[in-house]
Amino acid sequence: MPLRDVAIVGFAQSASVRRESSKNEVEMLMPVLREAKRQAGLRGSDIGVTVSGSCDYLAGQPFAFVSALDAVGAWPPIVESHVEMDGAWALYEAWVKLQTGEADAALVYAFGKSSMGDLPEVLTIQLDPYTTAPLWPDAVSLAALQARAYLEKTGTSERDLAAVAVRSRRAAAANPMAQVRASADVDALLATPYLASPLRTHDCPPISDGCAAIVLACGAAVKKSAATPVWIRGIDHRIEAHALGVRDLAASPSTRLAGEKAGVGTGRIDLAELHAPFTHQELILRAALGLGADVDVNPSGGALAANPMMVAGLLRIGEAAARLAGGAGRRAVAHATSGPCLQQNLVCVLERD
Amino acid sequence: MSEITSITTPIRLDYTYTAGHATQRFLLGMAEGRILGQRCPECAKVYVPPRGACPKCGVPTTDEVEVTGKGTVTTFCIVRIPSDVLSVPPPFTCAHVLLDGADLPFFALIQECEFDKVRMGMRVEAVWAPKAELAATFESIRYFRPIAEPDAPYESYKEHL
Amino acid sequence: MAERCAVIGIGQTKHDVKRTDVSLPGLLREAVDRAFADAGVGWRDIDAVVIGKAPDMFEGTMMPELYLADALGAAGKPMLRVHTAGSVGGSTAIVAAQLVQAGIHERVLTVAYEKQSEGNAMWALTVRIPFQQAIVAGAGGYFAPLIRAYMRRSGAPEDTGVRVALKDRQNAPKNPYSHLVFPDVTYEMIEGSPMLWDPIRYMETCPSSDGACAMVLASDAAAKKARHAPAWVHGTAMRSEPTMFAGRDLVNPRAGRDCAAELYRKAGIANPRKELDCAEVYVPFSWFEPMWMENLGFAPEGEGWKMTQEGATALGGDMPINASGGVLSSNPIGASGMIRFAEAALQVRGLAGEHQVPGAKRALGHAYGGGSQFFAMWIVGSARP
Repeated sequence: MPLRDVAIVGFAQSASVRRESSKNEVEMLMPVLREAKRQAGLRGSDIGVTVSGSCDYLAGQPFAFVSALDAVGAWPPIVESHVEMDGAWALYEAWVKLQTGEADAALVYAFGKSSMGDLPEVLTIQLDPYTTAPLWPDAVSLAALQARAYLEKTGTSERDLAAVAVRSRRAAAANPMAQVRASADVDALLATPYLASPLRTHDCPPISDGCAAIVLACGAAVKKSAATPVWIRGIDHRIEAHALGVRDLAASPSTRLAGEKAGVGTGRIDLAELHAPFTHQELILRAALGLGADVDVNPSGGALAANPMMVAGLLRIGEAAARLAGGAGRRAVAHATSGPCLQQNLVCVLERD
Repeated sequence: MSEITSITTPIRLDYTYTAGHATQRFLLGMAEGRILGQRCPECAKVYVPPRGACPKCGVPTTDEVEVTGKGTVTTFCIVRIPSDVLSVPPPFTCAHVLLDGADLPFFALIQECEFDKVRMGMRVEAVWAPKAELAATFESIRYFRPIAEPDAPYESYKEHL
Repeated sequence: MAERCAVIGIGQTKHDVKRTDVSLPGLLREAVDRAFADAGVGWRDIDAVVIGKAPDMFEGTMMPELYLADALGAAGKPMLRVHTAGSVGGSTAIVAAQLVQAGIHERVLTVAYEKQSEGNAMWALTVRIPFQQAIVAGAGGYFAPLIRAYMRRSGAPEDTGVRVALKDRQNAPKNPYSHLVFPDVTYEMIEGSPMLWDPIRYMETCPSSDGACAMVLASDAAAKKARHAPAWVHGTAMRSEPTMFAGRDLVNPRAGRDCAAELYRKAGIANPRKELDCAEVYVPFSWFEPMWMENLGFAPEGEGWKMTQEGATALGGDMPINASGGVLSSNPIGASGMIRFAEAALQVRGLAGEHQVPGAKRALGHAYGGGSQFFAMWIVGSARP
């Protein structure tokens, strides 16, 4: 069965902030969902399927996604599903549902308030509950292990990492939705103390609250939509083993494989939005996807400028699509990650007509 | 050597929750001994407590509406096992109370009444904490108790079970 | 226009209150290994893994699919984690089926589980958010008022719930995977059991179980190579509605009715009671059987209880419901929906053993969750559609 051409026809996000202390998830989501649908020029009744991504442990309560449904206006009852994953995987599930031919348009959304708990500690309970989690290694320390492996293996310097941070955060100056939108220069950054050697504060993402929504359309719904369609030409995701000891942390074979399956290498890439919460991860991902120096990476500022958990991957897809729709290029790759040290990765190739 | 079949890993995580605008308004009302709800601008239904959104219409609710503490029991259950949350010993009765002027029942404890005398259609009213103890919490309403009014006819609340 | 999808392998664990003999991965592997043996496939044959469970807080591991990837042979493959509250076992199977129906994969492993004994599920369900209204007595306290509303609306005889529980508990010993087994259960034993959340009695309530369920779903081509007769997916449907809104019918929720209507349309069914041979329906408290009989369109509104009272839902009746013993007998929450889907498939494959409905050709699997607001259903049949 040939795959249907699916397009992104709407994308909206909240501003990412350190702590959204006045609005709850429903209040954050409502204007974002409305804006995504407005851009798409589609109404609730045009949407055949809704899929969301979020995480109970971020929200500090079970069934966090249930109350978020209040923002959707799910009446009459809707076809709806939820993944306990970054919204990029919700987008994948929605894309699959469109492929079955059961619907022509989908609403995808994700929300995450990373500020509610101690994020590095919360992420610790993602680890093997019998042998690793009881030791409470926090997320930054694990990333530092990976950074060390990468620097040793490739001869990359801490200066190279700082350059990634400077480029990302200065790019974010043009992104009003980003949270960290300026950076000192490389020398000044290298003069700051380590957070977890070899990582310094600038190598790590900010803690962010935020949400985002994307509208997908295919067939008649694309024609109905007023937006410039940005086509999903390929999408694939892969997971690696969990145990850090059995992985080559200096590389990302799952990203490489997903990139191959999504067709990254079949044409010129103008820009890339890579979900790299830590500076060294951008370099690992560039290598895995075969992106050369000519590719504009993370023009939005990326996860180093705004990192709402469960949303930041979906944001990469939306940011890349928005840039293509705005004429910044013709072909882009968007990437999302999940789990410690880039354990799980999704790659999506986008194209404008 | 003995077999290890399990380990215990205590997990403690602290969270700071955000009430949101609508809940904040409601809780501030509680501290004043008032019950505040919100009306949906599209379907005109009144939500108490307000949720900030009409889940049916998917739009923000902003018009504030104050309701009295009187209402009707639409359905109930008798809890015969101890509750982790309430200090009331079992058996006790929890009910859906449809407050006059609201369109959504409110989950509430019924007291000052034999637990097995609660019935569908029974008229009840809120019993507030003493003024000095009113606070921005649901517990400002201690419970609901019966009032001397005839039962509401089934037809009047059957859409609100 | 979608591709065909078939269930070629099914595996369940022995469900029990505490499976301390296995770790989390061990529990899943027990189900997966049985599903593989049934299907005659190995790890190399699997293209993707779709896993589902109820809230992570039940076991205290966040996004446990990351950790379980190793045990589920997922490294190098796509893996999805679904969470749609109590309906999750059903919606997980549907997400997996769609990967096949969309023509993306040939064979997908789908698995759902709960190992409630590893955490404190009751605590997780009643996490107290400071400014939210307290849920005073867990799920029973939430659903009991709805049952009372149903009783008032339908005028059902008061012992209907007892009769449902008796029927499911009589079925349970016929299923080797059942958690709760009372071989000599009697009407009086159930009627005399203590009221927990009046009108719900102790023996009308589901247990908390450790358990897992796995299925191998396959394309048309892959189904031809299967070891045993497959169950063909004749239709799937999902519907959600908000938790609470003014005028919401919690007794006979529209999301369930709409879901069933779409399901029957897809499966080409005009009269479900006549055209289906049996159903596995998510009944966590006995009274939900008559309520769902109406919601599913097996009985007119207000008359679902007649099916129970007349014995129509018993093994041997015209519409056996939960021949497996149902959720009342085994309830690993996240897996409970998938078990319904899998048991429906076992019936039409003729592999249900002692609880086989003779000659079953088409069966319905049903799951619901949240405040009776999330629904997932499928119809499977012995005939290739």
